Amino acid sequence: MSDAAIWTVIGLLGLLTYLIRFSFLGLLAGRRLPGWAAEALGFVPVAVLPALVAPMVAFAPEGGGWADAHRPLAALITLGVGMATRNLLAAITAGMGAFWALRALGL
Amino acid sequence: MSRRMDLRTDDPLAPGHVVPSRRGLRAGAWAAVPVLLAVGPFGFIFGAFATEAGLDPLQTMAMTAIVTAGAAQLAALQLLVDDAPALVAVLTGAVVNLRMAMYSASIAVHWRGVPMLWRVPAAYFLQDQSYTLSLRRYRERPDEPLSDRIGFYFGTGSITVVTWICGSWLGVVAGRMMPPEWGLGFAVPVTFLALVAPLIRGRANIAAAVVAGLAALGLHGLPYGLGLLLAAALGIAAGMAAPRLARRRA
Repeated sequence: MSDAAIWTVIGLLGLLTYLIRFSFLGLLAGRRLPGWAAEALGFVPVAVLPALVAPMVAFAPEGGGWADAHRPLAALITLGVGMATRNLLAAITAGMGAFWALRALGL
Repeated sequence: MSRRMDLRTDDPLAPGHVVPSRRGLRAGAWAAVPVLLAVGPFGFIFGAFATEAGLDPLQTMAMTAIVTAGAAQLAALQLLVDDAPALVAVLTGAVVNLRMAMYSASIAVHWRGVPMLWRVPAAYFLQDQSYTLSLRRYRERPDEPLSDRIGFYFGTGSITVVTWICGSWLGVVAGRMMPPEWGLGFAVPVTFLALVAPLIRGRANIAAAVVAGLAALGLHGLPYGLGLLLAAALGIAAGMAAPRLARRRA
């Protein structure tokens, strides 16, 4: 990646993110989101983040097919602990712990 | 009309001088302490990952201080590492951050009468942490004065951002010392999953997450990170369709 690409991302993503944050606090102050838009926005994190993660844990990082089983298994354990405890730190600890333990077991 | 008046909203109920109170700032900073235990290490992971990806310390710290949104920063960076064009990385990061429009609308309801003077800096501090903690506070104490309310928000927001920036810096400095066989790179997907897990509640959210995840695997071959955006759109559609289908069946 080039320096120009990195600075473009920093500047543009920074600006867009600020405008998204400022949207209803400032630009559209006093206005409300239409119902359908609020509903769709509510699903953005639960759709975007799994879509981002699935290929990272299912495919081998060096390319060429599926990953070793310890990657998807540790991902599922992170998800399970996170859903059960709703605790960010507990889920991260469990996920990395499972990753190291399962890898040591040769999975 | 003085310039000062121009900075106010034209809400007739607007109090004369709304300033974040010291009491509110303190309460907000204290309330954020447990969250910082997660924000600091997450910042470290970003700093280490960005450095490994080839960003110099200035670029890493500029990104962390200007964008201040961990998930979007990691997502955009991952795409740059995968050789996607910069604009695709920007678009993806912005989509990851769209949820903040919802936060913005939800906070604004509790901020009637807050002058623009405070809204402009407040937007910078809007993140998952400041939003969640502030909204909980506003629901628990509906009668709290406006100055305490915005104080609380700035208290949680500023301590979170400072911790995030310090964590990233430590990641830049110390990330290199982590041996590669520790697999610190795996902390990136683990952190995403830990962030999203508490949000996946009920059938509609499960449908959105499962459809988006499977679609991302199927569409992975598409160029320019298009697979991610398409998969996310399919997931959102599945989440919106799920309750309607369930109702029709019932």
